[in-house]
Amino acid sequence: MSSAVPQDEQIGRGPTAWHSEAMRRRVRRRYARERRFRALGLLALTIAAGFLAFLLITIVSDGWRGFQRAEVAVEVDFDPARLGLSEADLQGPNAQAMLNRANFRALVRDAASEQYGSATMLSNGAWLSVRDEVRGDPELLGQTKRLWLVAAPYVDLLAKGHIDFDMPPERRGVSAEQISDYRQLRSADAVRLGFNSGFLRKANSTNSELAGVWGAFVGSVLTILVTLAISFPIGVMTAIYLEEYAPKNRVTDIIEVSINNLAAVPSIIFGLLGLAVFLNFFGMPRSAPVVGGLTLALMTLPVIVISARVALQSVPPSIKDAALGIGASRLQVITHHVLPVALPGILTGTIIGISRALGETAPLLLIGMRAFVSDIPGGVTQPATVLPVQIFLWSDEVGRGFVEKTSAAIMVLLAVLLAMNGVAIYLRNKFERRW
Amino acid sequence: MAEAPEETVVHDELKFANDSKMTARDVSVYYGAKKAVDRVSIDVDSHFVTAFIGPSGCGKSTFLRCFNRMNDTIDIARVEGDIQLDGENIYDTRMDVVQLRARVGMVFQKPNPFPKSIYENIAYGPRIHGIADSKSDMDRIVETSLTRAGLWNEVKDRLDESGTALSGGQQQRLCIARAIAVDPEVILMDEPCSALDPIATAKVEELIDELRGRYAIVIVTHNMQQAARVSQRTAFFHLGNLVEYGPTEEIFTNPRADRTRDYITGRFG
Repeated sequence: MSSAVPQDEQIGRGPTAWHSEAMRRRVRRRYARERRFRALGLLALTIAAGFLAFLLITIVSDGWRGFQRAEVAVEVDFDPARLGLSEADLQGPNAQAMLNRANFRALVRDAASEQYGSATMLSNGAWLSVRDEVRGDPELLGQTKRLWLVAAPYVDLLAKGHIDFDMPPERRGVSAEQISDYRQLRSADAVRLGFNSGFLRKANSTNSELAGVWGAFVGSVLTILVTLAISFPIGVMTAIYLEEYAPKNRVTDIIEVSINNLAAVPSIIFGLLGLAVFLNFFGMPRSAPVVGGLTLALMTLPVIVISARVALQSVPPSIKDAALGIGASRLQVITHHVLPVALPGILTGTIIGISRALGETAPLLLIGMRAFVSDIPGGVTQPATVLPVQIFLWSDEVGRGFVEKTSAAIMVLLAVLLAMNGVAIYLRNKFERRW
Repeated sequence: MAEAPEETVVHDELKFANDSKMTARDVSVYYGAKKAVDRVSIDVDSHFVTAFIGPSGCGKSTFLRCFNRMNDTIDIARVEGDIQLDGENIYDTRMDVVQLRARVGMVFQKPNPFPKSIYENIAYGPRIHGIADSKSDMDRIVETSLTRAGLWNEVKDRLDESGTALSGGQQQRLCIARAIAVDPEVILMDEPCSALDPIATAKVEELIDELRGRYAIVIVTHNMQQAARVSQRTAFFHLGNLVEYGPTEEIFTNPRADRTRDYITGRFG
């Protein structure tokens, strides 16, 4: 651009009018557009945050009651004659068997009847905790102790204020006698709301006051361990092979497209696949974490492969060159240099995949994990259920007590997922390298 | 480039050299269907620094990467011809490429230390090749390599720090130290100063001069002044051909091929 050329001839027209009215208006419009765009973004964020807050508030306000239970005070006389137990029995080698044979149920029922005229205010399973008392402290035999025992569902509902007294009695769900029983207990100061420790320690039950999530939690852990053990090594090895070894040809392209498509297949399809392959063809046990874990592993595999490939691709080629240039073998390049750098990305992707598997319900329903399981599973081949399925099952229950259990179980599931995401962030920061 | 290449001008002083470390005969490199290097023959002297110069895309870096078979890592690259290291064909199936790359070390355009400690950067090569017998032996190798690379005094108190925390010039000297830690016979340098500032460049050039004689050095550069400063032998490449090869002084003061003269005098490139 020589200065010999006159200004207005440089681009074949007059000088740009930077200060004209039209130009000012254009600038104003540009800023206004920018402001509107930002406001739109803020609005979207507010709506999203609002929904999230609404969800959390609903769940927590319903669910925190699920961690509480009504308890009734009962004076229990641990009479050895009535229990058919002697102190010698409890010292002996067969103490557990003797305890299991003793009739605590009758003992508790009689104790309550003596004090309150009937035992209806107690849960059917209240005697279990009495037996546990003796198991923990054999000295109790022959003594009398005031124990807080799990109350019946109607006491629970009344104590938590869930009953609307203005409703007609037939729709209230609680009879007039039950209300008067409850009021009598209240005046005797024999009712309290205590921490429902059984909720976190026990498995499912048909009685809402005895149902717990521990069984489902253990089922989830076992299932996820199977999923992780299968999908992580296979997924990472697949990704490494595709990224580092596979020739770039048509077959590889087809495999790549197939993996991407698999990641988008609805999860229930994987449930059908699991049903057909693992249950019908291989004859594996129904409702077992091993089958659930395998099914979820099929579902998680493509996610892990894709995220691991992205992580491997993001390793700078200069690092590989450096290692190759010094005479490292291909395997050494991968294990010493590529994997350590890619690890945070691989772990993050894996945990995202596993989190999704942890919250999955549909495929597990198809392979029988919706069964009623009242035992805590002891291994991967025993019948079990998982947290999301447990939530689904409880949301279907008619008993009023299960409403808050459902929300409480959702809180447990959310806590587990949050913890897993926390682990993901921790691992990513721990292994991340900067250059 | 189907027709025969123009005759390479090789100066008489180099024609009968019998002290060559590496020899290339009729080497061609293809990227897919494209021919990047066309029937190049050259002898690399063990006691001198050889510079490859030429405009961008002339195939000098591609040709350099044949000497330690780094082109093997590029799927579509194909190498024809014969390259020997001390009389051994390096493209022979019996040649172990892992050992070859230890014997023929490489320094890259962009400093690429491992994201590990300075010590670990140097110790990695000797460790995978089983060169060090003990911890103290390894310590000695690390110290010697860093000293030879002129970096020891700058980093001896912080060997545990990450190699990536060093400045660009220091990183490049660390990469040179890493290459010499496995005691190579040849060091290939692919535009080692193109990412460095003038002061760091001067240090690296000084280092190259100090390493001369101990290792056969081949350096690719697009900076003609650098070639003139550090090398004793210069090869000029153009469009995949080796145009002229001779003593550096001769090439810069009295080029014999027209294309070399045009390039040296800045008529193209």
